[in-house]
Amino acid sequence: MAVTVKTFANASEATGALASDRAARYLGGGTLVMRALNEGDVSISTIVRARDQALTRIDVSGPRVTLGAGVTFARVLAERDLAFLHAPARSIGGPAVRNMGTVGGNLFATNPYGDFTVALLALDATIAVQGGFGSRDIPIEEFLQGRERQAGTLVLSVSCTRPASSEAFRYRKIARIKPKGGSVITLAAHLPVSGGRIAGARIALGSMAPTPIRARAAERTLEGRSLDAATIAAAASAATEGTSPSDNALGSAWYRREIVGVYLRRLLAEQE
Amino acid sequence: MTKIPLQFRHNGRDVAIFVDGGTNLLVALRELIGDMTPKFGCGQGGCGTCSVLIDGELHLSCLTLAETVAGRSVETLDGMKQGPNLHPLQRAFAENFAAQCGYCTPGMLMAAKALLDRNSAPSRADVIEAISGNICRCTGYEPIINAILAAAGGRASA
Repeated sequence: MAVTVKTFANASEATGALASDRAARYLGGGTLVMRALNEGDVSISTIVRARDQALTRIDVSGPRVTLGAGVTFARVLAERDLAFLHAPARSIGGPAVRNMGTVGGNLFATNPYGDFTVALLALDATIAVQGGFGSRDIPIEEFLQGRERQAGTLVLSVSCTRPASSEAFRYRKIARIKPKGGSVITLAAHLPVSGGRIAGARIALGSMAPTPIRARAAERTLEGRSLDAATIAAAASAATEGTSPSDNALGSAWYRREIVGVYLRRLLAEQE
Repeated sequence: MTKIPLQFRHNGRDVAIFVDGGTNLLVALRELIGDMTPKFGCGQGGCGTCSVLIDGELHLSCLTLAETVAGRSVETLDGMKQGPNLHPLQRAFAENFAAQCGYCTPGMLMAAKALLDRNSAPSRADVIEAISGNICRCTGYEPIINAILAAAGGRASA
């Protein structure tokens, strides 16, 4: 079925078009929206695009980095100053998908996709969105909780603070297919250290709930402690708390619950 | 529904077509231009057999909105051979038994070309990464990896 394509020069005009038409969807890299059209999704009658340069900007000049929603994973990988995001970017798709898929689109990718968003959740990212209300910044967790109610708004950019060191941010995607495939589970941990103790631990899990979620119970076991064996074991045993994984072709909910603690222990202990 | 005029370069030749809104590049290439080399596999971005180069970058044509290539250069497998001569990659695929049923081959060759255009001496790991978005259900990948390495080696020594 043919759809109407509306292309705008800037993001505000595109937002206006999204806000005025419930059946309009914003087209980023195409890996979600074109896929939906190919599958015959009749809920989409209008595609909205914006050629706004601001949407593809990368700002790595300060301690806080900002990625335009239209930045592709290939561009993240080409940016030396974004080394901490290279592991999640590389874990997505093959080269073609990374040349197309965008940081903003990944926020809307459902299981078993959306791995970059798991990393952003562990980094306490902020999502800048524009809607009929104007522009505002939303904490990523709040954004994900309301993800299905984002009609009429446009994601402009994501931003997060650079981790203090390479050991402070860790990422692992578990897939059945080598070198990569859809996520069985995905884990990301941000472990800021202050005076030898973890302060402000963030652990994010993908494929353990309908959206990426924080493993708050595991985070609490790490708070104020050093990463010794007992602390790691406590975090691993708390990993499933608050999760609600589903069955899919890549793994069952039972399997996901069984392995999440194992891989969290390995991630925290820096084991393969 | 009104048709949208679209012009772009297809394997070095200017083409002009009219597409319906929402038409993907794969449909435009196959049904409107008559280039049957990119294949329809999954329509979801999972198989890679529709891979083409857009301004030299590997993309999935089934997930590309056709009108986004306006004014850009699209390369497909159809443009790979040079006159009557096969491209070194095509010859290496034939000589290394890298094609069985052949359905993945157009995408494999475009992914390989995207790699060798940027890196003329790839490692085995580079090759595996380069074709990681392309699924082959016949060969088990080893002959394909060997063919791409052979083509790179041949090119380096030529």
